[in-house]
Amino acid sequence: MSAETGAYLPEGLPRPGPAIDGLGAEFWEAAKRHELVVQQCRACGAFQWGPEWICYQCHSDDLTYTRVSGRGIIYSWERVWHPVHPALQEATPYIVVLVELPDAGNVRMAGNLLGDRTQDVVIGAEVEAVFEDKGEGDEAYTLVQWRVVE
Amino acid sequence: MSEDATMRGKAAIVGIGETTYYKRGQSPDPEVKLVLDAIQLAAEDAGIDVREIDGFAAYANDRNDPSRLMTAFGSKDMTFNNMVWGGGGGGGSAAVANAVAAVLAGYSKYVVVYRGLAQGQFGRFGQGPQAAVAAGPGAFTAPYGLLSPAQSFAMRIRRFMHEHGAEQSALRAISMATYRHAQSNPRAVMYGRELTEEMYDNSRMIVEPFHLFDCCQENDGAAALIVTTAERARDMKQKPAWVMSAAQGSDYRQAATAHNSPDYATSNFKTLAPRLYAMAGMGPEDVDVLQSYENFTGGVLMSIVEHGFCEPDEVNDFFTLENFSAPDGKLPLNTSGGNLAECYMHGLELVHEAVRQVRGESTCQVPDANVSMVTSGPMVQPVSDLILAADRGVDG
Ligand SMILES: [Zn+2]
Repeated sequence: MSAETGAYLPEGLPRPGPAIDGLGAEFWEAAKRHELVVQQCRACGAFQWGPEWICYQCHSDDLTYTRVSGRGIIYSWERVWHPVHPALQEATPYIVVLVELPDAGNVRMAGNLLGDRTQDVVIGAEVEAVFEDKGEGDEAYTLVQWRVVE
Repeated sequence: MSEDATMRGKAAIVGIGETTYYKRGQSPDPEVKLVLDAIQLAAEDAGIDVREIDGFAAYANDRNDPSRLMTAFGSKDMTFNNMVWGGGGGGGSAAVANAVAAVLAGYSKYVVVYRGLAQGQFGRFGQGPQAAVAAGPGAFTAPYGLLSPAQSFAMRIRRFMHEHGAEQSALRAISMATYRHAQSNPRAVMYGRELTEEMYDNSRMIVEPFHLFDCCQENDGAAALIVTTAERARDMKQKPAWVMSAAQGSDYRQAATAHNSPDYATSNFKTLAPRLYAMAGMGPEDVDVLQSYENFTGGVLMSIVEHGFCEPDEVNDFFTLENFSAPDGKLPLNTSGGNLAECYMHGLELVHEAVRQVRGESTCQVPDANVSMVTSGPMVQPVSDLILAADRGVDG
């Protein structure tokens, strides 16, 4: 894992935040520290993503966020050509990947695939998390992006 | 399933109505007026006074409150009102099913199922969220430019295409069949706008693998239909479209956020289709004509597979313009033009077309169509589906 400068997508898109009830806050706080975490049940060990207030497997509410390696596998992908947000007018094409995390019960996370926007994307390719710091001051946040492991 | 426990053949759709279908922003009337008009047209079609409608069933967070509608009509009494949870068109068939449940339970005499949509007057589905903060589940997608329905669903379709070797030509066949059928349908917004293979191939890419013509339109309009019991339906103005079965719901953890449904490359019909067929006492081989909700062509692809019309690994052979064309293709599909080319009325226009096929009144009529099926809202949660028939097998 590493940090990179230069945002993949321009400023102006919605910035991430926890749900109104607070769910998911730990993930975004960890991302700011450049740590990738996934919700895990302390009672039965199940990983679950996105986060929920109880474990889907054993219904315990004793849940934590466990740090994982940041290594993943591309599960699906898309290249976006038509911008649906004003901030993206000059930003297409761009690539979104869905990444499976083998060391977190194969939960999936979406992010951008860094590098050439016209690259061939291969389902099954190995990727690693890259932390992208964006925004400033009270509005600073960190996105979890992905890069193909050479 | 015991005979008594099902709705099979016990209720019917007895009236349909729709306003003019407009391109987004073109409606001269406000949305609620469109809904009032559509319901009145449906009542007229059924041969009843609109004040006889005593039940209201809708879906997709329709903005037009039944209490306002019955007040506008001056109806004496409202006996039932119902909204199917979830967005998109997933509740289209479920709303019909709930209307059937209401008349069979003795709540209501006539239940109207309706949908009004003026995307020119309210928010557009095709646009991403414009808020400064994406809170909760949207936080895991929106900041990455994963914003619109097309972008959300392309990810599922890509995975399906990867798992089963499905090619772009399969998506193209769906789009071309719907556009072909719209050319016979004067109601269709795309009437007179033929789509050729070259036009599809050369059309701009929205989000791979979707071209422009893989995506539904954005429209203004309203549609309504009326459900009542078999006893009433037998003696009414129109030939009844018998409701033979309906199913609604969602598979295991399909609403897991951040694209985490365990079974991902799915339209969400795997648990519904067996229930639908079991209640009808039918199988895919009995279906004469299919109206399959197209938010995007790829959703139709998976809906057709999950309803057993072809094996997932056979889609490249089965998905052809010829197979999907009325009147004599193997599976005439979206014979009014559907969401892509008739009107994006959140799939209620598909139920109307299924009724027209049963009545023998489609502009792309399948000869002697008896079993007419609808699938509503692939890839969302919940989804629903419906089988109508001209002959319910008990009238002799
Ligand atoms: Zn647990």
